[in-house]
Order: sequence, then C-alpha cells, then structure tokens
Amino acid sequence: MVNPMMVLDKVELRRGGRVIVGPISLGLRDAGVTMAMGPNGAGKTTLLRALHGLERVSSGQIRWAESAEALRARQAFVFQTPILMRRSVLDSIAYPLRLKGVSRGEARERAAACAETVGLRVRLKKDASTLSGGEKQKMALARALITEPALLFLDEPSANLDGRSTREIEEILTHIRAGGTRIVMSTHDIGQARRLADEVVFLHDGRLVEQASSAAFFDAPQSNQAYAYLQGDIVI
Amino acid sequence: MNDILQGLARAAKLVVTLNADLVEITLLSLQVSLGAAVIGSAIGLPLGAWLAINRFPARRMVIALLNALMGLPPVVVGLFVYVLFSRSGPLGVLGLLFTPTAMVIAQVIIITPIIASVAHQAIRELWADYHDLLISLETTHSQRIATLLWDGRRALMTASLAGFGRGIGEVGAIMIVGGNIDHATRVLTTAIALETGKGEFDMALALGFVLIGLAIAVNLTLHMLSRTERGSRW
Ligand SMILES: Nc1ncnc2c1ncn2[C@@H]1O[C@H](COP(=O)(O)OP(=O)(O)O)[C@@H](O)[C@H]1O
Ligand SMILES: [Mg+2]
Repeated sequence: MVNPMMVLDKVELRRGGRVIVGPISLGLRDAGVTMAMGPNGAGKTTLLRALHGLERVSSGQIRWAESAEALRARQAFVFQTPILMRRSVLDSIAYPLRLKGVSRGEARERAAACAETVGLRVRLKKDASTLSGGEKQKMALARALITEPALLFLDEPSANLDGRSTREIEEILTHIRAGGTRIVMSTHDIGQARRLADEVVFLHDGRLVEQASSAAFFDAPQSNQAYAYLQGDIVI
Repeated sequence: MNDILQGLARAAKLVVTLNADLVEITLLSLQVSLGAAVIGSAIGLPLGAWLAINRFPARRMVIALLNALMGLPPVVVGLFVYVLFSRSGPLGVLGLLFTPTAMVIAQVIIITPIIASVAHQAIRELWADYHDLLISLETTHSQRIATLLWDGRRALMTASLAGFGRGIGEVGAIMIVGGNIDHATRVLTTAIALETGKGEFDMALALGFVLIGLAIAVNLTLHMLSRTERGSRW
C-alpha cells in the first residue's frame, strides 16, 4: 500500500539573489527508491538537502503527509563528501547511538556489527581520517544506518567508489529497501539508477523536467533533456 | 668572551645542583603562570567555543574586542591591576598588591583573550566541518557543544598552552603588581631583569636557561599536539 509521503508546492531556493532550485512542485510516495538525476549543477544536492530540512526554502512549501510521521521522525542523510569526525572509525559510527543515550559499550558493539554489514573491513580502532575514499563512504553509510532510519537520503553515495564497492553499497541499499526503508538518493551513474530506482526525478538547471517511474523513464524519456542525458550527450 | 663562558659554566652548575634560590623562583613562576593558564582556560575555552557556535548581533564586536585585548601591552595591564589593588584603589582593602595572587590576576587578564581567540578559531573550523552532520542528527545545543569541545580537545589544549607560554615569559605586568620581592613575588623573568641589572650574569644566565628550557618544552608540546591534530585530520 503506497501513500503520499510529502508534497512540494512551488518550492524555490534562492541563494545570493539567484534562483538555484525551483520552482518545483512534486509529490513523493512513502515507499521505494526515488532517484534524483540530472547533470552537474542541476540541483540534486540542494533538493535532497531541502527535503531533509537542511536548506532553507525561500518560497513555496514542503508538506509532510500525516501518515508519513514515522518517516519524518527517523531520517538519516549520507553526504556526498563524507563528514569525518576526529574520532576512531568505531566511535564515528557509534556516535548517533551515543546521542540517543546508548551506553558506550553497547554503541560500540552495534557499530562494529554495522561496519561488518556495510563491508567496512578495516581496523575499527584507527582514526576515521586514515580511511580511503571508499572506506570513508562506507563509514558514513554505516553511521547513517546504525539508527535504522525509516527514510534514508544518499547524495551520490558511490561517486568515489570502485566497481566492487559500488556493488556492495547497491546490495545494501537493495536489502534495506526490501526491509521497508524509504530511499531518496541522487546519482550521476545511469547504470546505478537503472538498477536501483523505482522512480526518477530528473532535474535540469534547478527545475523539475520529468518525474516518472523508472521503467517509463528509461524506456521512453519524455523530455529532450532527459533523452539527451541518457544518450550520454552533454545537456545544454 | 671569557666572562660569558665563566658565566655559562657557573649557570650550568646552579642548574645542575638545583640551587635553592633558582628552584624557588622557578617554582613560583610555574605556580603563577600555570594558575593563570588554568583560570584563563576556564574562562577562555568555553567563551571561545560559545562565540564559534552562536550567532548574535554583537558577535563581531565581541570578537573584535577579543582581538584588541590580545594586543594589550602587559605593562598597561599591570598598571591597571596596580591601580585597582593599590591601598587607595577600589579593591585596596583586599591587600593583594605585591602578592602572587595579584600576579595571577594580571596574567589572567593578559592571556584569557589569547586562549579564547585560539579556541574560537579552532572550534569555528570544527563547527564548519561538523555543521551538516550535527544538524542532520538533530543534536541539541548542549550535545553540539559537548561534541565540539571533546573532538576539539587537542586544539583546546593548544590554546591553553599558548596562554601559558605567553604568561611564563611575561615580565611587564608581574613586575609592577608583584614588585619582584625576594622570597615572595620573584619569578624567572623579573629575577633575570634584576640580576642582569646587578651584574650577576651567572645567576641571570641560569635563570635564562631555565626559562628557555620551559619555553622549549611548551613549544615542543604545542608542536607535537598540532602535529597529532593535523595527523588526525588528514
Ligand atoms: N549555497 C549556495 N549558494 C549559491 N549557489 C549555490 C549554493 N549551493 C548550491 N548552489 C548552486 O546551485 C546549483 C545546484 O547545485 P547542486 O544542488 O549542488 O547541484 P548538483 O548536486 O545537481 O550537482 C549549482 O549551480 C550550485 O552552484
Ligand atoms: Mg551534488
């Protein structure tokens, strides 16, 4: 049973006197994987951040459905550039649990288990800053997953990853999606979008160009921009 | 040249044999400047952190004031504290003038702005790094401060040490409010000034060695801390 999760009504974000995203009106439902796609600078990051509540909306409204309260209360965000804490890998992953008052011992135990789940196979006592790019990304994913969010945002989660790590992360996302986690993410990897998306939100120049089911979008994109983008052309 | 060499030799002997006067003076120096560093940190570190996280109208003014206070000439601070605590001054009844307490107070005034300023800088950087994560995780105000103070602890230690380093080498203020009284308020820097004036170069040099040794120890510690700091960031 799919219900509405949130509705965007003429949402616009202006920064420095310039409109960077919007006006966008769209509805998101409370299940599946929504994939924000579009060329660099299209507004994917800004849109995701606005949905999560990290960006101030200049005009228009983001309205949550009453039935989506559970999703709204349990969100997590994986940033495109992992935010490194000056802590060990283990304590970085455990941090959200510590905020919720979980004891250090239990938080560390669960953090170690979570690191295992995302395939982060490093010495967990070492400093988070010493991880490689892909390991940092997995650490950030583990930190987001440890509180078992109902709604997970990911901004280009495999931008810095090799093929194997990308596959691992996609497997995890497929797995948690099957477990009922709502996922809203962005990617510039068309293959990844095909593999994961239930629905595509295609942005260009800060505007919503197309919103369609994954099947419809990849079979027959309705807009020239999306068509050209999928062909690998540079969208102007 | 011979004088200097002889002086150096006698100074080395004073240090090695732990000359009683030398030890007393060094200990008082440490006591005053460590005391000032502890009190200055207790005020300056939270102030710096608070300034880094909070936005309020007079924020820029406070930061500008802090930077201006950092450049206060110690002699002027000494004079100010002297007037405050002199017999006819507003706090004269406390009878603190020419005591180590007055020296600590003067040094607290000198080093607190430095500690607060270094702490502010460090915590502001950390806050910029952590901002999105801490907002995303819906941290409370006190959780944010606790996280930043804890994760920034090395940088905060650096701030405290910078304050201590400034205090231990300072002479203008403590000379005025302490009076350089033998066995009471004489510290390394004021003693060096005195012994040099008297022509007692060996004692002055010995005191100088100890002071330089302390300064090097502080700087090495600072260096190591800032290296681990950087090491942990990259
Ligand atoms: N804080 C900001 N101030 C000004 N411009 C911004 C700001 N954040 C993003 N932008 C601009 O908004 C546009 C969309 O950026 P972004 O959402 O990062 O795109 P994407 O993630 O699709 O590459 C870009 O042109 C970017 O330069
Ligand atoms: Mg982006």
